[in-house]
Amino acid sequence: MRATRPKAAIAAVAVAALAVAGCAESDRDDSSGGSKKDTLVFGVAGDPKVLDPSFASDGESLRVARQVFETLVRPEEGGTKVTPGLAESWTPDAAGTTWTFKLRSGVKFHDGTDFNAEAVCVNFNRWYNAKGLMQSPDVTAYWQDIMGGFAKNESPELPDSLFKSCTAKDATTVDLTFTRVSSKIPAALMLPSFSIHSPKALEQYDASNVGGTAEDIKYPEYATAHPTGTGPFKFKAWDVANKTLTLERNEDYAGTKAKLKTLIFKTISDENARKQALRSGDINGYDLVGPADVEPLKNEGFNVLTRPAFNILYLAINQKGNPKLADIKVRQAIAHALNRQALVDSKLPPGAKVAVNFMPDTVEGWNGDVTKYEYDVEKAKKLLAEAGASNLTLKFHYPTEVTRPYMPSPKDLFELLSADLKAVGINVQPIPLKWSPDYLNATTSGTKHDLHFLGWTGDYGDAYNFIGTFFDRQKDEWGYNNPQLFAQFKDADTTADAAARTEKYKALNKAIMDFLPGVPVSHSPPAIVFGKDVTGIKASPLTDERYASAEFKS
Amino acid sequence: MFRFIVRRLLQLIPTLFGLSLLLFIWLRRLPGGPETAILGERATPEMRAAIRRNMGLDEPILVQYGRFVRRLIRLDLGTSTSTKRTVVTEFVERFPGTVELSVAAMLLAIGVGIPLGYLAARRRGRFLDHASVGGSLIGICIPVFFLAYVLKAIFAENLGWFPASGRQDPTIGATRVTNFFVLDGLMTREWDAAADALWHLVLPAVALASIPLAIIVRITRASVLEVLNEDFVRTAEAKGLTESTVRRRHVLRNSMLPVVTSIGLLTGGLLSGAVLTETVFAFSGIGAFIYEAISQRDYPVLMGFILIIAVVYVLVNLLVDLSYSLIDPRVRVR
Repeated sequence: MRATRPKAAIAAVAVAALAVAGCAESDRDDSSGGSKKDTLVFGVAGDPKVLDPSFASDGESLRVARQVFETLVRPEEGGTKVTPGLAESWTPDAAGTTWTFKLRSGVKFHDGTDFNAEAVCVNFNRWYNAKGLMQSPDVTAYWQDIMGGFAKNESPELPDSLFKSCTAKDATTVDLTFTRVSSKIPAALMLPSFSIHSPKALEQYDASNVGGTAEDIKYPEYATAHPTGTGPFKFKAWDVANKTLTLERNEDYAGTKAKLKTLIFKTISDENARKQALRSGDINGYDLVGPADVEPLKNEGFNVLTRPAFNILYLAINQKGNPKLADIKVRQAIAHALNRQALVDSKLPPGAKVAVNFMPDTVEGWNGDVTKYEYDVEKAKKLLAEAGASNLTLKFHYPTEVTRPYMPSPKDLFELLSADLKAVGINVQPIPLKWSPDYLNATTSGTKHDLHFLGWTGDYGDAYNFIGTFFDRQKDEWGYNNPQLFAQFKDADTTADAAARTEKYKALNKAIMDFLPGVPVSHSPPAIVFGKDVTGIKASPLTDERYASAEFKS
Repeated sequence: MFRFIVRRLLQLIPTLFGLSLLLFIWLRRLPGGPETAILGERATPEMRAAIRRNMGLDEPILVQYGRFVRRLIRLDLGTSTSTKRTVVTEFVERFPGTVELSVAAMLLAIGVGIPLGYLAARRRGRFLDHASVGGSLIGICIPVFFLAYVLKAIFAENLGWFPASGRQDPTIGATRVTNFFVLDGLMTREWDAAADALWHLVLPAVALASIPLAIIVRITRASVLEVLNEDFVRTAEAKGLTESTVRRRHVLRNSMLPVVTSIGLLTGGLLSGAVLTETVFAFSGIGAFIYEAISQRDYPVLMGFILIIAVVYVLVNLLVDLSYSLIDPRVRVR
């Protein structure tokens, strides 16, 4: 009977298959099949980390949050200007510390409860009264970035809170009071981290209970499965096993309803794989398009949208490790040595510009009247000779295995700039490091990094979000101590009058370019692409694209 | 037999402790920590210090290791520092993808490799032999990720016969039970979902199978050639057994031992190929996730996943050892 063994095996498999078939319930919603023309699948580079934007700082979590939630104020579509969101209007009091927001009425959360002033206060009080692990900087990064600390700080490192209190004056009027005047208000309130959640859902799913132990932080159920906002899309499912996150149209949305019925974000981490998936029709669009792919994709008829450049790439100079770099003449020589225009022309996507300030010219406070360091090899050599630094060797750090919106192909950029430096007689010691965490670690701590690339994409349209982030205090990245500059920042940040503040930012930009802590290199416009039949989306400098307005051409 | 299994399983315990200690020290010796990866460009020294303290990373390594072991004994592998979900949840959601892919690749490699190797040996020196030996050489030489790209460019991008990414079309809205998508489709009678999942498996499985397939062809061929020259084959033929009986019962069976050994080892080695294949095809599995965890310095995920994989590897090899006794009574374990 031995010969029958293969037959027995086949029979066993068949029996097992029959036994398995139908042993679980299908929970498929038949309406979800629908026509493909109302479902948009968008390719993203990474899984979102968390669905509650209060705890998010990664771009993919924020992208999802922007469709599900709304904020009091929001950037204009395709721009950075502060425009009405859940609030119709807002005014500061005379002192500039209390802001009164007039709210839209008739807005409902996804769970059917009403949005009102009370709900706004529940949200602000939730953040402000964070306890325990919710105060950890990796949990509430943006709150700490904007507001500093909490009602009761549990760590000595935390600064005092900028936020003070919230008062619901009536159903549609709310007062937010701050401990001091800050340039961040109201622009920072457009960050998805200040999204307004349904108080009922927050309570029902224990949203503030960030549990576990300190080394083992666990998010509550709300943050992983029940985000409940007022946005044009509702959360439907997060399928980690298939790397997809599905949103569906909010049929009760207070504004213009989404044209898409279903919006799916699909994670494809490899840039080439995203491009191939678009071409094969797996996805209807993707983000983080490689600069080299922009023209080919356009020629193939895809909808390539270019975001206005809202970022800065800079070459940082560390004054601590190498004493020569503390000499302003050496820093000026480096600036004159760099042919930034050639770099922008040859290595950056169309539309990129050489930077004059450490912030883009679309932000108020930008100053064209600053010291500019034109490309001048002879001048650079002369300055080096004057400083007695003719035989200078500098450790030049650059990251590998990464592209940032402001920095496509860092190695190419490094090669161009190091050739420029060699041309004026500076010896360059290349130090390539893996972006995360090696590179970030090496360049933002210690003293060994003479030169390195880094950059920033703005969170909202305010000068402080750029130059303040870099220069408002002593940092290991730059290694200098300039109390006068720090004081100037504090003064600008606490100036209530917007026009006066803009002037102070202009003065700061001038001071920075005279002091020259580093060299601003460029602003590059990142691209986002959609299928040939997708229309309606406007590229946003803040990556705040409104998928609700997307539709398929029929 | 039972005692053999128990003994092998008990051997796992010291192996795992040794491995975990080594891993623990190695990981902590890597420059940088999760705090930088979490905060990216926004990291300030204060924030970094606060996270390190919160996570207990400022304590001596042995204290940290002690805490890890105490939890491990309770089968608690902790939570991922980057996703804040438990390591076990992450594993349960991602491992089935890798298993599905590996099983599909192995079935393909075995199903094609053994018959091809056998036929090549039987027709030694003829066209089929040269073609399969030459072909397998190419299979070993081509890097997996390159083959994956080429397959995708031709069959997904240009011809559009197969999907280019993922495990299943998300617009199907399939029900999840075990996260083994094909199995889930059968269990819930969502036949289209099962078929779609199989469809998504084809290209990555072919790419991943290339190296094991080539190795199995060559080992089968060599082994069959050796057995064909054995005395017992001549005896069997002299006894007047039919050719098919001799082939099946004597030649094929006796030549399977080295093939099975290599299948066991190749199955373990599939993981390294899976990292690349999963990345190229945006296939949700543990390979790509582990790679990402390294750059995130996600210690709990790295520790947990590598330890679980070690257990799986040992179990697979135990199964291989047990299967010897089915094939060859002479090595039956006692």
